[in-house]
Amino acid sequence: MTNRARRTALARAAGAISAWAIGAMGVRSIAPAFAQADDERVIEVVARRFFFTPSEIVLKRGQPVTLAFTAVDFMHGFNVPDLGVRADLVPGRVTKVRLVPAKAGTLDFLCDNFCGDGHEGMVGKLIVQE
Amino acid sequence: MQRRRFMKLAAVGGGAVFASGLAGCSSLAGPGGNKDRDFYFVQLSDSHWGYKGPDNPDAAGTLPKAVAAVNALGTQPEFLMFTGDLTHTTDDPGERRRRMTEFRSIVAGLNVKEVHFMPGEHDASLDRGAAFQELFGPTHYTFDRHGVHFIVLDNVSDPGARIGDEQLQWLEADLAGRDRAAPIVVFTHRPLFDLVPKWDWATRDGAKAIDVLLLHQNVTVFYGHIHQEHHQMTGHIAHHAAKSLIFPLPAPGSQDKRTPLPWDAAAPYKGLGFREVEGELGAAPAYRLEEFPVVRT
Repeated sequence: MTNRARRTALARAAGAISAWAIGAMGVRSIAPAFAQADDERVIEVVARRFFFTPSEIVLKRGQPVTLAFTAVDFMHGFNVPDLGVRADLVPGRVTKVRLVPAKAGTLDFLCDNFCGDGHEGMVGKLIVQE
Repeated sequence: MQRRRFMKLAAVGGGAVFASGLAGCSSLAGPGGNKDRDFYFVQLSDSHWGYKGPDNPDAAGTLPKAVAAVNALGTQPEFLMFTGDLTHTTDDPGERRRRMTEFRSIVAGLNVKEVHFMPGEHDASLDRGAAFQELFGPTHYTFDRHGVHFIVLDNVSDPGARIGDEQLQWLEADLAGRDRAAPIVVFTHRPLFDLVPKWDWATRDGAKAIDVLLLHQNVTVFYGHIHQEHHQMTGHIAHHAAKSLIFPLPAPGSQDKRTPLPWDAAAPYKGLGFREVEGELGAAPAYRLEEFPVVRT
């Protein structure tokens, strides 16, 4: 099993998180999907060369949340390597990634589509609080 | 008796074992006198021509110094391989071509006339390799020397760091029918394995390429991208990262962000350099690597 596959399997086995992304192509399950409740928290995130805004996203452990990404100038990527979760953020549409954080802690995310001189700094953190 | 630092990577019992040491002699001899080698090439990487910034105040002088250092080697290599990020990225297609043209003009000063190029993401990701192909040719290709099959894989023209199914099929077709014990050397820009994914030090479908390469017994990978010497095994495949010619980056995963190591005015060009690779071909091919600074102090 590759490192990436192992990480993905571990993340899934631990039930650490679940996510799904909606794009123009329809619904793509990254992990077991959950229906989004009407009152579920939605956090809008703008992806622009070379920043995510906000770049630090505070979540509550066990509380489902949907990250709604809008990319304004490039098809940026959203990747949380430690969870094996990623999505392409296509300009002109909202890309939703649903998370159910099961453990407190800090997780790094990054743009993983090379977007220019400054791409290396296009990173952020998910801060999961108790 | 071997005169150079000897590095041999071997896999034992499915795990990665890194064995290094001095082969028979403690002297780190200078270049030349390599009568026991079967082939010898030089790897240069990551010159980022066009970069301007505090992390290398002599950005315009470092590549010419590297060319001079290679020309000063006592024995000239058979060929030179430049493993990507020849230029620093720019949004301007005209400026990109100007940087590539300047880069090409500078490396034309190499005494070695066989020079192979491949792109890094700074060269190719914003235009999917269009400018690179205009000035340097294909982004993936093969060549053969002394019974060694050299494969250049492009994992940067796709801005998402994919090799892509088409190129993977090309790789499979290229290797189909080959003697599985024959020596193979692969050049890439990004690491094929997940070195530090949170720093984008990975290839999204690199595991597929590794699976194809694992079918062959003697495969060695040389790459760039991470701006430092690094050695790692995936199964029986050794992966060797090269230093850069612009600024060093921190050790993998050693800090929060992959910001360049600051220029040290007391030790300029520290952490920059290039590498000689000597291949000894036999039942178990071995490669001896020697790192050279851009400027000797």
